Amino acid sequence: MNKIQQALQNRILILDGAMGTMLQRYKFSEEDFRAERFKDFHKSVKGNNDLLSITQPQAIAEIHSKYFAAGADIVETNTFSSTTIAMADYDMQDLVYELNYESAKIAKKVADEFTAKEPHKPRFVAGAIGPTNKTASMSPDVNDPGFRAISFEQLRVAYKQQAEALIDGGVDLLLVETIFDTLNAKAALFAIDEIKEERNLEIPIMISGTITDASGRTLSGQTAEAFLISISHIPLLSVGFNCALGAKQLTPHLEVIASRTNLAVSAYPNAGLPNAFGEYDESPAQMAEQVKEYLDKQLVNIIGGCCGTTPEHIKAIAEIASQYKPRPVFQSENSTV
Amino acid sequence: MEKTQPKYLKLSGLEPLIITPESNFINVGERTNVAGSKKFLRLIKDRKFEEALTVAREQVENGAQIIDINMDDGLIDGKEAMVKFLNLVIAEPDISRVPIMIDSSKWEIIEAGLQVVQGKCVVNSISLKEGEAEFIHHAKLIKRYGAAVIVMAFDETGQADNYDRRIEIASRSYDILVNQVKFAPEDIIFDLNIFPVATGMDEHRKNAIDFIEATRWVRENLPHVSVSGGVSNVSFSFRGNDPVREAMHSVFLYHAIQAGMNMGIVNPAMLEVYDDIPKDLLDRVEDVMFDRREDATERLLDFAETVIGKSKESKIDLSWREEPLQSRITRALVKGIDEFILEDIEEARQKADKPIEVIEGNLMIGMNVVGDLFGSGKMFLPQVVKSARVMKKAVAYLLPYIEEEKLKNPQAGDSKNAGKVLMATVKGDVHDIGKNIVGVVLACNNYEIIDLGVMVPPEKIIAVAKEENVDAIGLSGLITPSLDEMVFLAKEMQRQNFKVPLLIGGATTSKAHTAVKIDPEYECAVVHINDASRAVTVVGDLLKRETGGSYKENLKRDYDTFRKDFLKRQRVKTYLSLSEARRNRFQIDWNTSEIVKPKQLGVQVIKDFDLNLLVYYIDWTPFFRSWELHGRYPDILKDEIIGEQASELFEDAKKMLQKIISEKLLNARAVFGIFEANTINDDDILSKVPNSKSQIPNPIFRTLRQQSKKAEGKPNIALADFIAPKESEIQDYIGCFCVSTGFGTQQLASKYEKEHDDYNSIMVKALSDRLAEAFAEYLHKKVRTEYWGYASEEKLSNEDLISEKYKGIRPAPGYPACPDHLEKLTIWEILKVKENIGVELTESLAMWPASSVSGYYFANPQARYFGLGKIKEDQIEDFAKRKNMDIEEATNWLKTNLAD
Repeated sequence: MNKIQQALQNRILILDGAMGTMLQRYKFSEEDFRAERFKDFHKSVKGNNDLLSITQPQAIAEIHSKYFAAGADIVETNTFSSTTIAMADYDMQDLVYELNYESAKIAKKVADEFTAKEPHKPRFVAGAIGPTNKTASMSPDVNDPGFRAISFEQLRVAYKQQAEALIDGGVDLLLVETIFDTLNAKAALFAIDEIKEERNLEIPIMISGTITDASGRTLSGQTAEAFLISISHIPLLSVGFNCALGAKQLTPHLEVIASRTNLAVSAYPNAGLPNAFGEYDESPAQMAEQVKEYLDKQLVNIIGGCCGTTPEHIKAIAEIASQYKPRPVFQSENSTV
Repeated sequence: MEKTQPKYLKLSGLEPLIITPESNFINVGERTNVAGSKKFLRLIKDRKFEEALTVAREQVENGAQIIDINMDDGLIDGKEAMVKFLNLVIAEPDISRVPIMIDSSKWEIIEAGLQVVQGKCVVNSISLKEGEAEFIHHAKLIKRYGAAVIVMAFDETGQADNYDRRIEIASRSYDILVNQVKFAPEDIIFDLNIFPVATGMDEHRKNAIDFIEATRWVRENLPHVSVSGGVSNVSFSFRGNDPVREAMHSVFLYHAIQAGMNMGIVNPAMLEVYDDIPKDLLDRVEDVMFDRREDATERLLDFAETVIGKSKESKIDLSWREEPLQSRITRALVKGIDEFILEDIEEARQKADKPIEVIEGNLMIGMNVVGDLFGSGKMFLPQVVKSARVMKKAVAYLLPYIEEEKLKNPQAGDSKNAGKVLMATVKGDVHDIGKNIVGVVLACNNYEIIDLGVMVPPEKIIAVAKEENVDAIGLSGLITPSLDEMVFLAKEMQRQNFKVPLLIGGATTSKAHTAVKIDPEYECAVVHINDASRAVTVVGDLLKRETGGSYKENLKRDYDTFRKDFLKRQRVKTYLSLSEARRNRFQIDWNTSEIVKPKQLGVQVIKDFDLNLLVYYIDWTPFFRSWELHGRYPDILKDEIIGEQASELFEDAKKMLQKIISEKLLNARAVFGIFEANTINDDDILSKVPNSKSQIPNPIFRTLRQQSKKAEGKPNIALADFIAPKESEIQDYIGCFCVSTGFGTQQLASKYEKEHDDYNSIMVKALSDRLAEAFAEYLHKKVRTEYWGYASEEKLSNEDLISEKYKGIRPAPGYPACPDHLEKLTIWEILKVKENIGVELTESLAMWPASSVSGYYFANPQARYFGLGKIKEDQIEDFAKRKNMDIEEATNWLKTNLAD
């Protein structure tokens, strides 16, 4: 059993909050995004948050540091869009390896500092693997339902490249997150499984889907349970949901998952539902109150925040979680190989 | 510890499907399988994917919990079709809510399917057939794609067909999957091979019980797995008898489910409620399933006959015998009952002034009713032929009296028949079923038929026509050279100033050929008739004195218009030059292509083959077609309109078949050979006959290449493309064969003809043709699995064989892939066909006896059937040069394939 599995037996682990929300506070300009290295780049790069791991590494480290200080056990690398597929928007496919590698390095360095200070509470880095901006099992063209903008094979190759760079950069685990199309996630899992075999290494994998609306289904139409069944073939550390909904709306779907799996369950909801201005405005205290319901019902093992959450939210969540015992986790039949 | 914890097979579409011990039997829908559904196959071939989706939707609506999708068909790009269809299915939430079973014998199709489905699928299937390495490789990938898997009970030595083998293969597969591959045991589904019982063969007696007991063993000894299977196989030998099949399915399932079979392919419409099965049937079915009695099969067969008969002949109603004489005669003719006809005819004769009046009066009244019913589609051909049998018997009975009357009163003259029709199968051709049917139907309508038989030289047709002063001439032919014979006859009739109509019929004939090639050669009427029911009206209109003239004119005009339209419509097709076509050949990567060295090279002869073994391989659909009953067997037996007729015909056919087999009335023989071969000079196949006594130890097969310009990426195929070229330095092989079941056919048919029983005469010929095809199918299978052995582990049902699911092909000279009949000469020479089994070639290169099949064997997995289409003069020239014959002769043989 590795360190993170050990930690899961003993306590509820805290995941960090939003990276984007924190970066907004820096109000970086186009020039800041570019820095010296990309000053002559042919395309606007403002908004390419992942690029900041190269051009503003200090800010990224600072945000990781704030989350660890707020009580997080795990931070996510700043690599949500660091695949060739998503980076195509910025013509930065060639940077993918470097983006992932550097992001992992930055997070790992901060984590090691915290672990050194508090050896009883080791900190972990999760390599964040986003869904990309294309869907493998839905057509973007309503008039041509059989069309697909991306293939499994293209996704597999892109995910493999990202995961290898993250591992090279030293992440402790991989987090395939914000899954709106299960087929995309299956391509990621396929790629990771290949790497594990080729490199003969063990690396824990977290899986986090997204339930997009009140129907209780993923964007690609699966129910929570069908989603769970579809990704259970690869040994996993945890399964759960993030994004799209607030903590309150996520509860029934977490209940479905928690009652049907022996794996650890994770949840990192948004800070409520977006308000009229598209902002997430649930306060840390309000969110902690919602999270309490998860804890009372023993639904989760890993908890954190997604869009709109800040170190303050994480601090509030960490405080309340520390008063509870984790949901019992059985040794997963799949997790021993 | 962990083993005690239950693990369930969990699948998903948009919604979950979890199979627990409490689940009912999981029903897999298979209508979206091109091999299982002709409709679906047609939709996919025609690329009507939207309509194909409705097939899937209906299945789900009707309760299928998983849908099996299979695109394995020689004429479909399986991978493309699988992906395209799956993508569309995924976009339909009311279909994709259920899990998908991706079904293919080709790994690339399975993998392509796995890459487009988000849910957890079932792969159907993998096995140890190709050895452990491949099995493990595929299992690992399936695991990585996140699917469950059906494992067939099949290993390197073949398919498990008894209890021990099933267990042996299942446990070995399980051990490899669970312990080596770390495959989740609950994701393993065993298909333990459901085989038919009550086939009459001893080795099939234990098929059901072995499956059930093996299922029990697997579920008890291999933790967490499921067991599946295709249930309808078990009742295969009772095709056509739904009551018995339904009972067999229910009984089988009842016991198999108790033993642990928890999913499978079952047609819900073909299932009787177990408790509703009549006790006597249940007992007999269970006797068969459990092999409880020595005579179990016979007893079920006996019962089956009563079940089939029950619906139709529950009470033999003889009340019609009380009716007036004419109604009795009419009824006997309409129903084809010959039991009382002589009795009735004698009564009529005594009442009549002259015996001829019975024919012209009583019998013609009855036959007119038959004609009307047939004309209006209320009677079908087999019935009419049976009516004719009654008619002929009656006429035969009356003839001596008529002769006697003639002697007494020579002025009385001949009977006033409607006209004289000469019928003949042209020179070089031996097929006469269609011609005989038309003859019988015309005879029923009071025409006098002068049937000259088969292989009739044109001089004889002309001479007899003159001598007998016939009113019409009907020509029939099945092989392509016969078309030229017909053109020749038309020219000859014109030269000799004939004025009678010329009727054209037979399998290769067409309205187009008649209009374009025959009609212009003859000033009088030429009609193409390929349908016996039309023959009566057409001949009637032609010969009617009042209207005949204008009808003929109309006919001429009609053919003229048709010809002009046809020629106009001919799309200007573009053709490649032969060398361009050769550059665009069908490419096979010879470095990776699978070439299996035949187990036995050289020529082998089979004599007095047991016809019993062929029954299973009969493709019944063409049998019904030869009787002008159109529809696919076995559905045709239940067809709303012709089902009853088809069933009756089928019963008669089975009886005749039984008689033929038990009395050994036909003799089946075969000769085949497998030889080393390589393609040389693009389109020729050079082979090597070992220890050859023949003139040509190194015979060369000449193949023809498609020349029409193809869509981008589509090749111009020649059969030679399927054999490794000499330059590759890879030794390849080719086979060829001739089978015949026609020894005895003519004698038997003549015997019936003498008894005025055309019905049975035609029946014998039709069955004999089917047996020959079945023999070809059987031998091909033996060659694939044993003599050559390149597909030693194949497992295909007869339905699979009919739909050509096998690996490799057996094209026949004279058919679309190689329309050149001349190749038969080469085959005859190497196999010494005539010397070995007595099958001969006519001058048109038709085989005699007619019930024979010959062809080549190509084993390459990529070899497929194709149509040559039209070719250009440059290829004919090249072909003539290669064959060392003059261009004119070559052109003659290939005329029908020459692009105009």
